[in-house]
Amino acid sequence: MKDQIRQVIREHGHLAVDVDTLADDASLYQAGMTSHASVNVMIALEDSFDIEFLDSMLKRSVFESVDSIAEALGQVGVSA
Amino acid sequence: MSQTIAGGDQALIDAARRIAEEVAGPNADDVDRSARFPREAVGAMREAGMLSALVPVELGGGGASTEAVSAACFELGRRCGATAMVFAMHQIQIACMVRHREDAFDEYLREVVAEQRLVASITSEVGTGGDMGSSVGCVTTPENGIVSFEKQAPTVSYGDHADAFLTTLRRSPDAEPGDQVLVLSRRDQMEMEPQGSWDPMGMRGTCSPGFVVRATIPQEQVMSTPFSAISAESMTPVSHVFWSHVWLGVATDAFDRARAFVKAAAKRKPGAPPPAAARLSELMSKLSLLRAEVRLALREFCDISAGDRTRFHEMATILRFNNLKIAASEQAPVVCQGAMSVCGIMGYKNDTPFSVGRHLRDSMSACLMVANERIHKTDASLLLIAKEV
Repeated sequence: MKDQIRQVIREHGHLAVDVDTLADDASLYQAGMTSHASVNVMIALEDSFDIEFLDSMLKRSVFESVDSIAEALGQVGVSA
Repeated sequence: MSQTIAGGDQALIDAARRIAEEVAGPNADDVDRSARFPREAVGAMREAGMLSALVPVELGGGGASTEAVSAACFELGRRCGATAMVFAMHQIQIACMVRHREDAFDEYLREVVAEQRLVASITSEVGTGGDMGSSVGCVTTPENGIVSFEKQAPTVSYGDHADAFLTTLRRSPDAEPGDQVLVLSRRDQMEMEPQGSWDPMGMRGTCSPGFVVRATIPQEQVMSTPFSAISAESMTPVSHVFWSHVWLGVATDAFDRARAFVKAAAKRKPGAPPPAAARLSELMSKLSLLRAEVRLALREFCDISAGDRTRFHEMATILRFNNLKIAASEQAPVVCQGAMSVCGIMGYKNDTPFSVGRHLRDSMSACLMVANERIHKTDASLLLIAKEV
C-alpha cells in the first residue's frame, strides 16, 4: 500500500524533493507540498484506492506523511 | 447583541458602545478625511482596558468571550469603521496568543494587560502573491538563543502605531515557503522602514502603508505551534468572525441613516409614504441576510471552539468560515450602496446627517482583506474533495 501511496504523491504532491528520499513519517508539507497539491493528492488517492475519505478525515494532519495517509486508508477499509 | 453575554462581557460591550458614541463617532469624519489614526478612540479603549479584554482572567485580563468581542466590533463599526477594524485586528492577534498559550507569550499578555499594548500583524509579503500560507522571509538560525528576521510587507495595519507585531516567516533559512512560524516582536526590538504612502479609498484611519521590517529577538518569541495550526484554528476563522462584525456594524449604520432619511421625508409630508420607503424595505432584507450569516457563523465558531478544535482543520469547516468572509464582504457594500440609493444626493454628499459615502468606501475594503479571488480559488479546490458542505 505504501508504494502505491508514494506513487500518488510522486505524481500529484509537487514536492521539492523526491518522495523516495523521505521517511514514512516525514512531513510532506515541510517537503514543499502546498494545500492545493494536497487536495490533488487526496483526489488521486480516492481514485487509486477506489475509496472515499470521510469529511472528518479531510484535514491537513491526515495527509501529513505516508504513515498518516496509510492510517487513514486503513480506516476506510484499505488493507495493508 | 447576544443573549449569552455574562457580566464582564456586558461591561466590555457597554464600554465599546460608549466609546463608539462619545469618541469614535465624533472623530470618524476627521479620521477619514485626514487618513489619520483614530488616536482618541484607541486612547479611550486603552483607558477602559479594552485592549486586554480577551486575555484570560488568570493573567489579569478581562476574560471576555468571543461573542462579547464580536459585539464590541459591531458597536464600534456602527460609528467608525477604521476604529472598529483596528480593535478587531488587535483582538485577532491576542486571540492567537490566548488560544495557543506558551510561556513567553503569557508574559507578553501580562504586559498587554498592564500597559494596554496594541498588537498588529505582519502577514502579507512581497513575492507571495497574497498567499498568507507561504513566506519568503525566514527566521535565522539561532545564535546564543537569539534570532533575527527581515520581511518586506506591502501593508502593515496601523504599523506606525502598534507596540508589538505578530509576523509570519519561514521556520528557518532552508524551510519550504509553507513551513511557517508566527513570531512576536516588540517595537524596541525592530527597525521599520516605511515604504510608499497611505491614501486609500476607505478604512483610511487604519493607516496601513508598507514597511521593510527587521527584528532581532530571543528565540522564545518564535511560537512553537506551527503557523498552519494557528492559522486554521484561530487566525483565519477569528479574523473572519471579527471582521464580519465590523462590516455588519458599518452596513447597519448605513441602513440606520437611510431609515432616518425616510422618516424625515415622511414627517415633512404626512399622509403619503415617501417614494424611498419601498426601497428602504428592500434594503432591510439585504441587511438581515448579512446579519443572519454573521451571527450564525459566530455561534458555529463558538460551538466548535468549545468542543473539538481540530474540526477547524476539516475542509467543510474551512469552507464554512471562508464563506462567511466572502458573503459578508460582498453583502456589506451592497447594503451601503442601497442606503445611498435611498438617501439620494443627501447620502452622496459628505456633510449631511444621511451621508453614507464613508460607509460605502469602508465596506469596499472588505473584499480585499485577503482577496476574495484568492479565497474563491482555495474554496474551488476544496470543493473538489469535500463531501458535505
